[in-house]
Amino acid sequence: MKRLITVLALGLWSLTAQAALPTHAFTLDNGLKVLVREDHRAPVVTVMVWFKAGSIDEAPHEAGLAHVLEHMMFKGTEKLGPGDFSKLVSRYGGSDNAFTSYDYTAYFQQYEVSRLPLALELEAERLGHLKIDDEEFARELDVVMEERRMRTDDNPNALAWEKFQAVARPGTGYAHPIIGWRSLLAQLQPEQARSWYQRFYVPGNATLVVAGDVTREQVEPLVEKFFADLPSGQTPPRPRQTVNPPAGERRLALNLPVKVPSLYMMYNVPSLVTLEDKRDFYALTMLAGVLDGGMSARIETDLVRGERLVAGAGASYSGIQRGDGTFTLTAAPSPDVTLEQVEKGLLAQIERLQTTLPTDAEMARVRAGVLAGQVFEKDSVMGQAMELGMLSTLGLDIDLSARFAENLEAVTAEDVQRVAQQWLVPERLTVGTVKPKAPTSDQPQAEPQP
Amino acid sequence: MKMNVFRLACLLVLGALLSACAGTFSGSFPRSEAQVAATDPQAPALDIQSWQTEQGAKVLFVASDALPMLDIRLVSDAGSARDGAHPGLASLTSALLGEGADGMSVDDIARGFEDQGASFSSSSYRDMGVISLRTLSEAQYREPVLALFNQVIGSPTFEQDTLARIRTQMMQGLRMETQVPGPQVNKAFQSTVFAGHPYGQPSDGTLESLPAIARDQLQAFYRTYYAAGNTVIAMVGDLDRAQAEKIAGDISAALPEGQAAPQLERATPLAERQRQHITFPSAQTHILLGNQATWRGNPDHVALYVGNQVLGGGGFASILTDEVRQKRGYVYGISSHFGPMAAGGPFQVRLQTGNDNADDALTLTLDLIDQFVQDGPTAEQLEETRASILGSFALGTADNSDIIGQLGAIGFYDLPLDYLQWFNEQVRTVTAEDIQAAFQRNLTPDNLAIVSIGPKAPQIRPADSDAGAAAAEEPADRAP
Repeated sequence: MKRLITVLALGLWSLTAQAALPTHAFTLDNGLKVLVREDHRAPVVTVMVWFKAGSIDEAPHEAGLAHVLEHMMFKGTEKLGPGDFSKLVSRYGGSDNAFTSYDYTAYFQQYEVSRLPLALELEAERLGHLKIDDEEFARELDVVMEERRMRTDDNPNALAWEKFQAVARPGTGYAHPIIGWRSLLAQLQPEQARSWYQRFYVPGNATLVVAGDVTREQVEPLVEKFFADLPSGQTPPRPRQTVNPPAGERRLALNLPVKVPSLYMMYNVPSLVTLEDKRDFYALTMLAGVLDGGMSARIETDLVRGERLVAGAGASYSGIQRGDGTFTLTAAPSPDVTLEQVEKGLLAQIERLQTTLPTDAEMARVRAGVLAGQVFEKDSVMGQAMELGMLSTLGLDIDLSARFAENLEAVTAEDVQRVAQQWLVPERLTVGTVKPKAPTSDQPQAEPQP
Repeated sequence: MKMNVFRLACLLVLGALLSACAGTFSGSFPRSEAQVAATDPQAPALDIQSWQTEQGAKVLFVASDALPMLDIRLVSDAGSARDGAHPGLASLTSALLGEGADGMSVDDIARGFEDQGASFSSSSYRDMGVISLRTLSEAQYREPVLALFNQVIGSPTFEQDTLARIRTQMMQGLRMETQVPGPQVNKAFQSTVFAGHPYGQPSDGTLESLPAIARDQLQAFYRTYYAAGNTVIAMVGDLDRAQAEKIAGDISAALPEGQAAPQLERATPLAERQRQHITFPSAQTHILLGNQATWRGNPDHVALYVGNQVLGGGGFASILTDEVRQKRGYVYGISSHFGPMAAGGPFQVRLQTGNDNADDALTLTLDLIDQFVQDGPTAEQLEETRASILGSFALGTADNSDIIGQLGAIGFYDLPLDYLQWFNEQVRTVTAEDIQAAFQRNLTPDNLAIVSIGPKAPQIRPADSDAGAAAAEEPADRAP
């Protein structure tokens, strides 16, 4: 069996090598990092700008600021009126948007490839010349408050999750929600947004990614033309945010208007960035795959189908973060199963990882999924741009994915057991329970209107 | 209202001074615009091969050797529109595919796919039951995966015990949906606008309907609606024609024998406004406006599509987002769309707004729709949108995931193989008058249903007080 698995993995490796695409990296004098990924399958291009500025960079009283600034990046510059940015993108057949995470804020435009110069000129304009108008800021803050109502306030599980993270990731910027706390959000001022922009929106804190039907020869002069004149700027020091030493075992009990209870468990574990010995990252990745790498993994096989403790459950390792990472388990119980039973069931799975070695077949299946996934992910130009931008912003090797399989291959069953014993321990664990507020009927009342 | 009139005036009359109006650009910025504007965007045609299998399945295939992978999608006329008196039957049937086959447990199946790095899934919509497979295309992975795939789709067992488990999961899912406003208002919209039509039933069933569905109903549903003659086989990937024919032939032979399902009767629009409100203690009021308005094959399809991009389908560039979000901050999201399906399809506008703004946002949105149906797009709006659609063509077929989606729809709705080019040509020539006429033919704003959820039902402000609602910022006269 072992030999067969090795043969499969070797075969897959040659496939991923076959799918490798040229990537070029260079840096402008002002510090802007530029990555070009050539993928000539279709005449399209994705342009992304990544800033190493996310929610973890916010002081507690600034919670939500990184995301509000992301909204303001569409609201006007020295040369563009509010909304003009997206109108120009649309006029030339593109689509654009942005997202804010704990670790970064990123902007993207996707087009037919002849639109590349426009995309770059527009990004350079808002990187260098954003204008934050007081009235526009106030109006956009209303939009963000609506976004918060929609995403969080009206969704009891989302509300529960932000309360849970506040307890589970103490002393770090990961403890406040990306969208911000309601009351603080309402008090944000335009000066704060301007200050954020000045602190972090400088070329030396950004990575520009151009992926698609392009060559370095095409991209480099355009990047020089639009970005080279921007002053380099400086960013404040930002220490690494870890939960070290461990914070101790924590529990949070919430009663919210839910119909189905849920259970959250989160361990504070190191990330690829915070780990001294990077092997633990791959061992934790393997561990997560054994537990929840698909329909044949342990959670589906044992807890969903076998014992039927849960209607749905998941486990994941978030190990690519600027600060410490997390190992998270979530579950919604089957009817008539208590959260206590579900917690026991999940902890029994952790204990099994600590006491018994995973089988070769289980580990081979995780590797096969990862290797095939590396071929499949090349199907999306946007996906490739995302990967490059994120790795660059986190200061990681942009070829990480090429070596991922090799590093995963080196993980042994003993490694998996060791990281389970070392990191998945009570003093690193937070358990959250979400139970219904009060017994209610299954159906809300509906009434026809006159 | 007034502001919108101003904008129209601005665009029509003050064409030369556009830089004074919203949506335009000062000086020569962006410098690259002239060059970009002068370049015709590429619009590469898909080379679609098509044939019929012996058992009557239609096959659409695009060869792509860029990556060593293969996508297969089976699209059967097996959506919830075929539920009959048993809401949730199509969804349950779909959910049990892959959960057991002759001689194979669900564990065997899951391991079989995942050992080779392949992924299998099934999903159910109103018209379609969809089965998807993605695998590496080299024979050593592809062949065992396809052998397993054919067994899974060709001899599902629908075991009683598995049915019980999946049903329980679906019912937990339905209970969770009642915690949040969105799914509730969606169901209410569907049942209000499509009352009495199969599209009006809840696709995922109800807490009452699911327990009543029995194993033999799933088996019968599967035999009838997943039949080869009722299924389109779409394939994209690193195969040659002979390999593709063999694969499609094997899939088709594995499926039950049978013919295409009879056509459903087309839904009819509501003849007068219906209002439905669900009282729910949310921080936002969700409002859906709409009516039955179109179908696959509607000769007005392109005009409605282009017009809707201007009105509310074009993201930040559209009228609804500009007026309701950008200018007033009432919403995070507002959009409109036409959703043509085999036997009908709604026009729908969707917004969510803080409860205090619900009346103003509803009134403003209805006014904007009214005005658009009455006036159609301006010349400027149409040209911008036309350029936008034509320019975005390449993005719609850029990767295998995009292409397999296009093939599924083209095959399922019996569209010509050059449909995407045909559509582009129509977009090139459609006029503002065509759009205006198409909207007026297919939509009566006064009859749009208003379906909402929130602490209280939103009210339309009377016409004479709507200055407050529209909060006009610039005074202007109506454009001639």
